[in-house]
Amino acid sequence: MPYPVYMEQSIRNVEDTRKRRLKEELPRIPVGERMPVLQEFHPDFIETSMRELLVGPNKGDRTPNELADLLEGNSHIDPGKIDLTRIDYDVDVLIVGAGGAGAAAALIAQENGANVLLVTKLRLGDANTVGYQGGTQAADRLDDSPALHYLDTMGGARFTADPKLVEALVKDAPDVIRWLEALGVNWDKKPDGSMAEVALAGEAIPRCHCARDYTGLEVMRVLRDEVRCRNINYVEFAPAIELIMDDKGQVAGAVLVNLETNELSLVRAKAVVMATGGIGRLHIQGFPTTNHYGATADGLVLAYRVGCPLVDTDTMQYHPTCAAYPLAILGLLVTEKVRGLGAQVLDIDGEQFAHPLEPRDVLASCIIRECKEHGKGITTPTGELGVWLDSPRIDMIHGEGTVAQNLPAMVRQFGRFDIDITKEPMLVYPGLHYQNGGIKFSPDGATAVPGLFAAGEVEGGVHGKNRLGGNSSLDLFVFGRRVGKSAAQHAKEVRLGKLTLDHVRQWQRELKKAGLTQVRPISPKLLPDYARQPHDYLADYVTERLHAGQIKVA
Amino acid sequence: MAEPQDSTQVKTEKEAKMLDIYVMGKHYQVPEGLTIMTALEYCGYRLIRGCGCRAAFCGACGTVYNFKNDPVLRYALACQKLIEQDMYLTQIPFFPAAKPGYGLEKMEPTGEQILKIYPEIITCFGCNNCTKSCPQELEVMEFMSAAIRGDLEQVTAKSFDCLMCGLCAARCPQGLVPYNVALLCRRLHGRYLTPHSRHVDERIAEIEAGKFDVEIEELQKMSLEELKRRFDERPILKE
Ligand SMILES: Cc1cc2nc3c(=O)[nH]c(=O)nc-3n(C[C@H](O)[C@H](O)[C@H](O)COP(=O)(O)OP(=O)(O)OC[C@H]3O[C@@H](n4cnc5c(N)ncnc54)[C@H](O)[C@@H]3O)c2cc1C
Ligand code: FES
Repeated sequence: MPYPVYMEQSIRNVEDTRKRRLKEELPRIPVGERMPVLQEFHPDFIETSMRELLVGPNKGDRTPNELADLLEGNSHIDPGKIDLTRIDYDVDVLIVGAGGAGAAAALIAQENGANVLLVTKLRLGDANTVGYQGGTQAADRLDDSPALHYLDTMGGARFTADPKLVEALVKDAPDVIRWLEALGVNWDKKPDGSMAEVALAGEAIPRCHCARDYTGLEVMRVLRDEVRCRNINYVEFAPAIELIMDDKGQVAGAVLVNLETNELSLVRAKAVVMATGGIGRLHIQGFPTTNHYGATADGLVLAYRVGCPLVDTDTMQYHPTCAAYPLAILGLLVTEKVRGLGAQVLDIDGEQFAHPLEPRDVLASCIIRECKEHGKGITTPTGELGVWLDSPRIDMIHGEGTVAQNLPAMVRQFGRFDIDITKEPMLVYPGLHYQNGGIKFSPDGATAVPGLFAAGEVEGGVHGKNRLGGNSSLDLFVFGRRVGKSAAQHAKEVRLGKLTLDHVRQWQRELKKAGLTQVRPISPKLLPDYARQPHDYLADYVTERLHAGQIKVA
Repeated sequence: MAEPQDSTQVKTEKEAKMLDIYVMGKHYQVPEGLTIMTALEYCGYRLIRGCGCRAAFCGACGTVYNFKNDPVLRYALACQKLIEQDMYLTQIPFFPAAKPGYGLEKMEPTGEQILKIYPEIITCFGCNNCTKSCPQELEVMEFMSAAIRGDLEQVTAKSFDCLMCGLCAARCPQGLVPYNVALLCRRLHGRYLTPHSRHVDERIAEIEAGKFDVEIEELQKMSLEELKRRFDERPILKE
């Protein structure tokens, strides 16, 4: 599926301006001047896309409608029908979610003497972690410094991040890189052994460590192997659907469901680590997403129901460059590394309209403005909008073969549809990528509820209202490791009381008090509903759903 | 203008071509342009197994297919392969292979080491089914030979883009598990054979010695205005 004929002129424009653009660099928008474009074009600022929560610890706070529905949802279980004396697993530390954060936490908790159980929704490692491409930040070049990393992170977050969390993030970073290497991760390096680092958006200096553009794959398969080698007990296709508490107000385990048979099982645990990742498959505001199939905000729902406050859940990250064409890979992430290596973002005339390394929120807004207000986007045959990302410029700067060597995943993914990104630009548009905020927690991973810990994309505060590229993969290892240690320590000290599901009953009373008694969505959601329902079997499914965005899923 | 110029370029419902496919033998019609994965969903299947990243990174969706009048099996990632007329589809769940345990820290990055953990790899007789079944188009048999020779560098380079979807192991008549063998080789390579990054060690030592504490504390204590100014004025290195 090469580009349609009618796009050829625009592609020629891109080629014609390329030589001139080799030296052209647009200025970045100063911090003080970012707000107007954000307010007008960033999806977070669309008033009607959010509503105030009516119940729970964040009552009164605004959050996207899709998330609000689930946070105010009802439980999958009837607490009266569950016999809490029949425990299936009795462990020190239960880790919910086996992406990068969960796997790191499991390894470290076990090292610290805990008997660990790792449970996850799909397979071990079917997670956002496996798809991360651009890399992991760590200020380990001698001309860089953790203080500069701190400054970049705060600025990228529009100064809304939690200073203590950011401090932990930047100071642990180099050790995370070394730890992963000792586990057998192959980082891209120069012949002298120094790390080959790339600058992603908002970074003052190249700081991102990668493994081609299969960084997350490389890291996740190593961690998964290590979890198996160390005989850590894990259960797949068994998501947590409710937390269990004890009569002292501590989190003390979880109810799991077998996704295929619907059988429930009960875990008693002295500490529970929430590591369930992100939210993309809620398709906030109908955006396509880069996230994996199981990214449905479950951890936020479970934690919220036991009274754990959330932070910054009024912001989502829309990655500026996701595939807009072909339809089969709509929403596929086009890693920021492409821009880090030198690809510029261009309109229909082949002209730049923004610095390619603006922070994500700013660049996404600029792209939306270019398409929606200036009318300078390119429309695909199915009505998607997009702008060009000029990947061939990379080889012009760094020499032939650079794209092939550094971006094999991108080359292969577009190549499958007969688009050669070493010669042709990619058509891109913002997509739903990352949940900036999440469960409020402290640098040791503890939350406001005793016994409940959090790490990875599910927590919030580290990135404030906008995350920098390369800081999330760092976040999940920094806090995954920290939480593994603190959860193991907590398990040594705590005395559990009698198990209870009273909080579920209490939650249902609160829903009623708030007038939310009508049929509530059942949450956590677990998986998106992509299977076509029989009733629209014969109807104009293609127009209604394919074009209305509901199966704009890749 | 880069917009579809007339209605023939915009696919509406009526114009979207419908293709005939067969899912586990049952006939369905689906619109052109869907992947195997989205076509299954279009047919009403709710996927639980065989679906992960939906973006060619996780290897959950390795699948086989053939055609109504052509029994030869083909291999693909269901999340990437577009539906074609008369495709016969089936969903095969990922079946995990047995995997020996080991501890990297007690190992050496050598061919003998690989053969100790995976002695059966010498039984490879070069049928090349593994290579033919790889949806990433990797030279699987070549990296298996490199593993037998103990050339970990080659294994790492050639297997790097492996999603561990399991199709090669499923097709190996000798029951070998190329994706696990390559994983062990890459891990040993990453830990022992890449040139050492001294600057990382140095930085870790500096952090442990508290070298940056004062500067970070200063940033934490300064006014928002001052912090913004520091941010805007920070030098941006270009390479
Ligand atoms: C395509 C892509 C590219 C990215 N690129 C970069 C990058 O270059 N650099 C960077 O820093 N960051 C990047 N990110 C972000 C980063 O990869 C993620 O934020 C991070 O991997 C999240 O890790 P995690 O362990 O917290 O969650 P995940 O890796 O998503 O793992 C969460 C796990 O929890 C499981 N789970 C969910 N709900 C339940 C439940 N109810 N019960 C049990 N288990 C459950 C999920 O199935 C999953 O296995 C990228 C993200 C994506 C999607
Ligand atoms: S679903 Fe992950 S590779 Fe296809």
